[in-house]
Amino acid sequence: MPDRFAPGDAVRTSTADPAWHTRLPRYARGAVGRVVELAGHHPLADDRARGRAGTTQAVYHVRFAAADLFGDGDHDVTVELWEDYLEPADQQGGTP
Amino acid sequence: MSGDHHGSSAISERVRHVEALLEERGLVDAGEIDRRIDEFLAGGSPANGARIAARAWVDDGFRDRLLADANAAIRGVGLSMAGGLQEQRLKVVANTDDEHNVVVCTLCSCYPIALLGPSPAWYKSEAYRSRVVRDPRGVLAEFGLELPADVRISVWDASAESRYMVVPRRPDGTDGMSEEELAGLVTRKGLIGTAAV
Repeated sequence: MPDRFAPGDAVRTSTADPAWHTRLPRYARGAVGRVVELAGHHPLADDRARGRAGTTQAVYHVRFAAADLFGDGDHDVTVELWEDYLEPADQQGGTP
Repeated sequence: MSGDHHGSSAISERVRHVEALLEERGLVDAGEIDRRIDEFLAGGSPANGARIAARAWVDDGFRDRLLADANAAIRGVGLSMAGGLQEQRLKVVANTDDEHNVVVCTLCSCYPIALLGPSPAWYKSEAYRSRVVRDPRGVLAEFGLELPADVRISVWDASAESRYMVVPRRPDGTDGMSEEELAGLVTRKGLIGTAAV
C-alpha cells in the first residue's frame, strides 16, 4: 500500500483513548501538525502489544506547534507517529 | 538485570518473577537476558556520539550526509545502530544559532545507547519526560542552559522506532583544534540537548 502522507502534509491525530498500549502520546491526541519526513515502515505497536503480528505501515515525524498542543508555548514538538493515528487535516488547521 | 527502571521495587519484583517463569519454561536459559543486555551495551559510549559530532563540525559533507541519512553516515566512521535485535533508525538533528534541539522519550526512555552509553537517571525520570515537551525553555534553564529568547526550541519525542541524537553548536574559539580535541569537548548532555558544548 502506498504511503498516505508526504512531507508538508497537514495531519490531525486521532482522539481515541484505547484501552491498550499505544504510541500516540496523550498530549498529542486530536492535534493538527505537519509531516516532516517518513521514518520508515514498521508493524503497528498497538497490535504487537496485544500479541498480534501487526500490519506494517508508514511511520512519520510529525511536527506540532506547542500552542496547538498545550494552548501556549513558542517551541515545537516533533512526535513519531504511525499512519493509523493520522487523518488528513485542512491546510488552515494548525500553524507548525 | 536492569529491571529497576522506574525506581520501583514492585516493578523489579515483577520483572524477576517473569524472568524466572521464562527460565522455568525453557524460553530463555539462565543468564541469557543479562548476557543479551551486556552484548547490547558493549561498546555503547558517549565517546561514539562525540566522535560523530566532532566529525560533523569539521566535515560539511559528512554533516550533510549525517542529517540526511544518519545510519549510512555513521557506518562510514565505523559505528552502527545494529547492536540490538534489529538495526534502529537514527535521526540526527543539528543545533544552529537560531534553533536548539532537545531529545526526550515521553512514553519510556528510548535513546541511542550505542552512541550515548546507558541513559542517565534524569532522562528516565517522569519529571524530565513530562516537563520538557511542555516547557523546554524552563527545563533547560534548570539544567543551566539559558537560551536567548530568539533561539527556537525543537523537542523530539522518540515515540516510535527512531532514536535521536543532537549535534551541538560548535563552540566559539575552537578553530585551531583537531577533530580529536573537539570530540573531547562533547558531553552526553550536549548530545541529548540539555547542555551546550
